[in-house]
Amino acid sequence: MCTTCGCGDTELVPVELHEKILAGNDRAARHNREHFLESGVLALNLMGSPGAGKTAVLEATAKAAASKGWKLGAVSADLATDNDARRLQKAGIPSKAITTGQACHLDAELVHRSLHDFPWQQTDVFFIENVGNLVCPAIYDLGQAANVVVLSVTEGEDKPLKYPVMFNAADLVLLTKCDLVPHLDVELAKVHDALARVMPRPRVIEVSARSGQGMDAWVAWLEELRDGIGLGAAAHAHSHAHEHSHDHAHGAEHHAHVHSHAHAHDGGHAHDGADHHGHSHAGGGKHDHEH
Amino acid sequence: MHEYSLVEALVTRVEAEARKRGALAVHRLSVRVGELSGVDPELFQTAYETFRAGTLCADVPLTLTRVAASWSCPRCKTPIARGAILRCPACDAPGKLDDGSDALTLDRIEMEVP
Ligand SMILES: Nc1nc2c(ncn2[C@@H]2O[C@H](COP(=O)(O)OP(=O)(O)OP(=O)(O)O)[C@@H](O)[C@H]2O)c(=O)[nH]1
Ligand SMILES: [Mg+2]
Ligand SMILES: [Zn+2]
Ligand SMILES: [Zn+2]
Repeated sequence: MCTTCGCGDTELVPVELHEKILAGNDRAARHNREHFLESGVLALNLMGSPGAGKTAVLEATAKAAASKGWKLGAVSADLATDNDARRLQKAGIPSKAITTGQACHLDAELVHRSLHDFPWQQTDVFFIENVGNLVCPAIYDLGQAANVVVLSVTEGEDKPLKYPVMFNAADLVLLTKCDLVPHLDVELAKVHDALARVMPRPRVIEVSARSGQGMDAWVAWLEELRDGIGLGAAAHAHSHAHEHSHDHAHGAEHHAHVHSHAHAHDGGHAHDGADHHGHSHAGGGKHDHEH
Repeated sequence: MHEYSLVEALVTRVEAEARKRGALAVHRLSVRVGELSGVDPELFQTAYETFRAGTLCADVPLTLTRVAASWSCPRCKTPIARGAILRCPACDAPGKLDDGSDALTLDRIEMEVP
């Protein structure tokens, strides 16, 4: 009712919300993240173009990480088939397909549902292979500890510049199929340069699922990540997870800081990372390129 | 094309707010789209126009405001030029994305209340 004269007219009110449209997904992602942390599971969101080599990297990881004694597990998004899950299973990684049908990305709710009939709690490192797509998956936080983007050397040196949202969300880029470099007209320096224009702290490991190149550095990265969030053998007693607001589209970006500050947290500095000159998100990889 | 699922989340949110306030009608929605939000404003608008049929938003115009992405130094605030290496040109600290650059935000719902 109109309050000035009581005439019965309605009022037009502007309701200020300033609320993220993905707030619902972020809530579900937070929930997943709590599950993972409580169960001591390192969850990774693996993204990249169709055919970039995501599944192949995971197959190779099973071999490269064998000496660590980790229990691996994976869920693999597939539009129509369960081929990837079957490949992973064969490579020794217990896996399950998430059939996404039309959806071009995973969201936190889909991941949560997939956990119900999969023994993910028993894994040490749990991979979520996203839909092959360099656009949509980047904006959906799934509850992962870190985003890993698989970029193959066959995709063109300017891919990062064309898909800045994806690379901006990446904590690590695995530059894969490096065994093909001698046969291609590709300059890896150009790829690194492009990445430095879309990622403020580019972390890149050059790998090949075929030859095994760089796989040790990738496994070392995973190990350091586990240690950093208190899951590894050399776990630090404290985690800084509570200091980070998760109300952010790219939860993973912030999560990356959870580990990186595990040993450098001395002076009450802001967690924008700027003070850490060239500090690495998880360190270890000798193929890293800091620009 | 995730714009449809985003529009669905938007309309659901608007309907919930309208119900909460006992709104008789909704008159306008205002949404801000950061350049690095991963959302194509045109696709979003099209998706909205398709999806809103049969919902409370059926005749409700959507105003989209684009926010250009920009980076600056978190330490000394020096802006980083578009397309440049994301390090501060003055002090070499890694750059930080400015607010709104990657956000997709429902800013305002104008509604008619009794
Ligand atoms: N030479 C070479 N080929 C590779 C490498 N990794 C993957 N491939 C090939 O690239 C193709 C795609 O690999 P996948 O692992 O299926 O790629 P993906 O990213 O999982 O693909 P989707 O899940 O379908 O998006 C296959 O034919 C692989 O054999 C590599 O390191 N070197
Ligand atoms: Mg695959
Ligand atoms: Zn999508
Ligand atoms: Zn500076």
